[in-house]
Amino acid sequence: MPAASSVEMRKVNKYYDKFQALKDIDLSIPPGKVTCLIGPSGSGKSTLLRCINFLEEYDSGEVRIDGQLIGYDAPNKKMSGRRLREMRRSIGMVFQQFNLWPHMTARENVAEGLIRVRRISKADADRRASEALAKVGLADKSASHPSRLSGGQQQRVAIARAIAMEPRLMLFDEPTSALDPELVGEVLSVMRTLAGEGMTMVVVTHEMGFAAHVADQVGFMEKGELVSVDSPDRILHHPEDPRIQSFLRTYHERNSF
Amino acid sequence: MFSLAVFFQSFGPLFWAARYTLLISVLGIGLGIVIGTLICAARLSPYPPLRRFAAIWVSFLRGVPLLVQLLVFYYALPVIGLDVPAMVAAVVTVGICASAYISEIWRGAIAALPKGQAEAAVAIGMTPVDVWTRVILPQAVTLSLPALINELILLVKASSLVSVVGILEITRASQAQAATTFRPLEVYIAAACIYLLINLCLAALGRYLEHRTAV
Ligand SMILES: Nc1ncnc2c1ncn2[C@@H]1O[C@H](COP(=O)(O)OP(=O)(O)OP(=O)(O)O)[C@@H](O)[C@H]1O
Ligand SMILES: [Mg+2]
Repeated sequence: MPAASSVEMRKVNKYYDKFQALKDIDLSIPPGKVTCLIGPSGSGKSTLLRCINFLEEYDSGEVRIDGQLIGYDAPNKKMSGRRLREMRRSIGMVFQQFNLWPHMTARENVAEGLIRVRRISKADADRRASEALAKVGLADKSASHPSRLSGGQQQRVAIARAIAMEPRLMLFDEPTSALDPELVGEVLSVMRTLAGEGMTMVVVTHEMGFAAHVADQVGFMEKGELVSVDSPDRILHHPEDPRIQSFLRTYHERNSF
Repeated sequence: MFSLAVFFQSFGPLFWAARYTLLISVLGIGLGIVIGTLICAARLSPYPPLRRFAAIWVSFLRGVPLLVQLLVFYYALPVIGLDVPAMVAAVVTVGICASAYISEIWRGAIAALPKGQAEAAVAIGMTPVDVWTRVILPQAVTLSLPALINELILLVKASSLVSVVGILEITRASQAQAATTFRPLEVYIAAACIYLLINLCLAALGRYLEHRTAV
């Protein structure tokens, strides 16, 4: 298992034209820990997460992975595509909509990055892909195309695709939000295993149970601000900020019956 | 009285003429795919002048009837000192005209792909070339196949227009036949049958390809 990365965000700002989606974000993500981000829709959780692998370009501030600035060599000087790709190689990302490639089988989906990016031989890549699929409990599905898999299985293939690259950091953007409720558990359990192995994970989620039990810290966002980052207990059970209280009240009302 | 004998006798010469119809359509779509791909790449490129050129190319060629394009091209070439055979002029015109439609077919297929498809590839560190050749284009080609076959069928029919520059394809051959036999109805129905036969075959090919690439 490769070492786990840390992430430091300092005064990160992001604009969509005039609209400010991220406001002076300061966030430390320690290596080997799980950080969950919660908050209302449109608060900037995805934007923040996507700044970490520079899928979204932040406008000012710094995002450092293991001390190394991502996206820029200096303020206003973009990093070369090659260096950016090198950094992205060790950052896995899992999307809400899975984003598996439908024209490839599960194994091909996982092997593709190994072959193209890591330049591993086809045979080795297939072997590693099979291992990664076995790890997420899908050894028997390696020859299936995504359209033949359930949502939970597709998301597990997507996780296998990311972990096969041996990342030191994993980003999850609402990995279970597109799933039927009965399929959420299988994905969360894979994520829990990863967390147990000491992977640095940043997880945008509405699964408060996962945040409460697995996260080492929870960040609450609203209107582009990271309102508070603290232990799961302090955020989820004893929140002081009225904005968090009101968000959790809405959440509990929606989930009670 | 409808003469079955004339009807059947017409098929011989018309089938012979069908090679030109097929040649013009197939070369036309081939050229159209090559140019259309370049135009589409220009349209999607980050360079505003290229994008503008491609947009003008497409709207001009879609806005002027093929028949007029053929005539302009055919009579313009000698003016600028290029003496090309009618066949070349026809293929080039048909190909250029098709390129406008094909570039839009590509663009539509690429736009129809979810953004996340490319993002997943970018996120694991794939190069732009790999993102295009491994993720976007294979899916775009599959998505476009029905529309491309459809375009080919349109070209087979549109190729009847090249009769105006003197190429003896199905339509012009049937005009000649009709003039010599004085039995236009039989001849033109035979011509219609040949067009129909060609296009039914193409439609079947389209269904086969679609079926084969479906996942
Ligand atoms: N490409 C874009 N162009 C313009 N505005 C955008 C873009 N992407 C996001 N936004 C805006 O930025 C804000 C933050 O969006 P973001 O997707 O980060 O929110 P989120 O917290 O992830 O919400 P959700 O829970 O719905 O996923 C929203 O108001 C959104 O409308
Ligand atoms: Mg989001």
